[in-house]
Amino acid sequence: MTTPENTVPEIPVDLQMLATRPMYWSLRRELWENRSIYVAPLIAAGVALFGFLISTMTLPHRMRAVLALDPAKQHQAVAMPYSFVAALLIATAFIVGVFYCLDALHGERRDRSILFWKSLPVSDRTTVLSKASIPLVVLPLLIFAIVVATQMIMLMLSTAVLLGTGAGAATLWTRLPLFRMSLGLLYALTAIALWHAPLYGWLLLVSGWARRATFLWAVLPPLAVSVVERIAFNTSHVSSLLRNRLIGWFTQGFDFKSQGADAIDPLAHLTPGKFLSSPGLWLGLAAAAIFLVAAVRLRRYREPI
Amino acid sequence: MACIEARGLRKAFGTTIALNGLDLRVEEGRILGLIGPNGAGKTTALNAILGLSPYQGELKVLGRDPWTARDQLMRDVSFIADVAVLPRWLRVSQALDYVAGVHPRFDRAKAEGFLAKTDIRRASKVRELSKGMVAQLHLALVMAIDARLLVLDEPTLGLDILYRKQFYDSLLNDYFDRSRTIVVTTHQVEEIHDVLTDLMFINHGRIVLDCSMEELESRYLQVMVHPDHVAAARALKPIHERQVFGRSILLFDHADRQQLAALGDVRTPSIADLFVAVMGNQAAEAQGAAR
Repeated sequence: MTTPENTVPEIPVDLQMLATRPMYWSLRRELWENRSIYVAPLIAAGVALFGFLISTMTLPHRMRAVLALDPAKQHQAVAMPYSFVAALLIATAFIVGVFYCLDALHGERRDRSILFWKSLPVSDRTTVLSKASIPLVVLPLLIFAIVVATQMIMLMLSTAVLLGTGAGAATLWTRLPLFRMSLGLLYALTAIALWHAPLYGWLLLVSGWARRATFLWAVLPPLAVSVVERIAFNTSHVSSLLRNRLIGWFTQGFDFKSQGADAIDPLAHLTPGKFLSSPGLWLGLAAAAIFLVAAVRLRRYREPI
Repeated sequence: MACIEARGLRKAFGTTIALNGLDLRVEEGRILGLIGPNGAGKTTALNAILGLSPYQGELKVLGRDPWTARDQLMRDVSFIADVAVLPRWLRVSQALDYVAGVHPRFDRAKAEGFLAKTDIRRASKVRELSKGMVAQLHLALVMAIDARLLVLDEPTLGLDILYRKQFYDSLLNDYFDRSRTIVVTTHQVEEIHDVLTDLMFINHGRIVLDCSMEELESRYLQVMVHPDHVAAARALKPIHERQVFGRSILLFDHADRQQLAALGDVRTPSIADLFVAVMGNQAAEAQGAAR
């Protein structure tokens, strides 16, 4: 088949048109602007490691005390600092995520840079989704990596101290199910991200809407509604809804009561079936989708403030 | 095909009417100066053209509706809103990476070439650059995009005269060719006189003058009238008259050059002269209507 000569030069243009990755570069952009996304968890991990380093001075002594306990208690005592680090970093990620979202669509309007971002062929949907995926995808993955790395360092430190003092690290290694704890962490991070998705969606929406004081606009209206409800009807449906949205992932996704708090396997506490079948999860995800669609539409109309 | 075509464009902010049925047509390959007093609707019109704000009326830019298709449109359109919109935390290298990553028509080597002629270092953040350097950076990014329409809204605001001159020089020498269209708004009209191919005046949300630069030169004449001939000159119905150093300067539309030459020194008016005349008449008409 012969191709007419004049159609040939158009091919490189089409190839060139494909070579963009707006989502990837929008995410990179967020990390350039908001270094707290990874700096804050790293600092938290550093602080935890520093505290742990001091505690290793008494480690040989404590390990001997642990041996006197029954096996289930031994697990708990050994794993405690490792679980604490995970909890600390999850809390840090939550705070970072909240403040990131409150500024995400507000900062670009405040410094007028929205005019620059909008001068490039990146849709409002890509922009909003890239910002939403920071607390929903990037932070959980980052926290997972940092926690696992921190726990590795803690394990190495403890082993070195125990071997150095001649106490032996066998108890530590046999009583610490680090791999299974990591699986549990991954589950917890996923559950939290899914459960908190409407919170982050709401924060992004307020960030794109409010002209100033994004934190107050995000927090005060729900509180006001719950206060009005309390005074008017003497009920507390709204406040229990809000509390459930904050901590419901724990009550739906984990069960520390029926299995007994001293179960040896850290994965025994997980209840993914209950979590996935809880209406709160799916209603929350639906609300998150609505908030994000609204935030996308809103960004189209927004101008510098 | 027209590059920009607007018909009956309307936009109101509360009770303030920013665009009052604006009609506008810009052909491809032109450099249009959109000139108007503050609050005339320039930026509102440009925002509508760029898909940054909604509007009523008909508008097509490169055949697309800018409001519903902003992200596709931005493959073919670039704009510089004003010098202060590059985010202050952005590094020069990051700006290059980002635009190269999201823009299908960005030629990174070209942008690097423009930057090499400046003192801008790759590792600097925008906040560390002077105002002029930020404008150079933004221009380097925009000129490396193979766009069909470039919109500049007060691009040289706050820059010193050297940067301003350089800005328009590189725009003409390194960027413009007959296939591109440029729309520029500015208050420094004298500086773009030689740059433009077309001129539009906008006031109260409408286009009040629309002509090419050749037309401007053939249509309008300005005469510094000899004191003895003032009455005779006024009889020829000037569109504007002003006094400078005790002498009358009259501006004529469609007048006979030979006839005017007998009355005083004839020359082509500058954009600023014409602007003052047209806007002055507008204000007088508005006052007349109010009375």
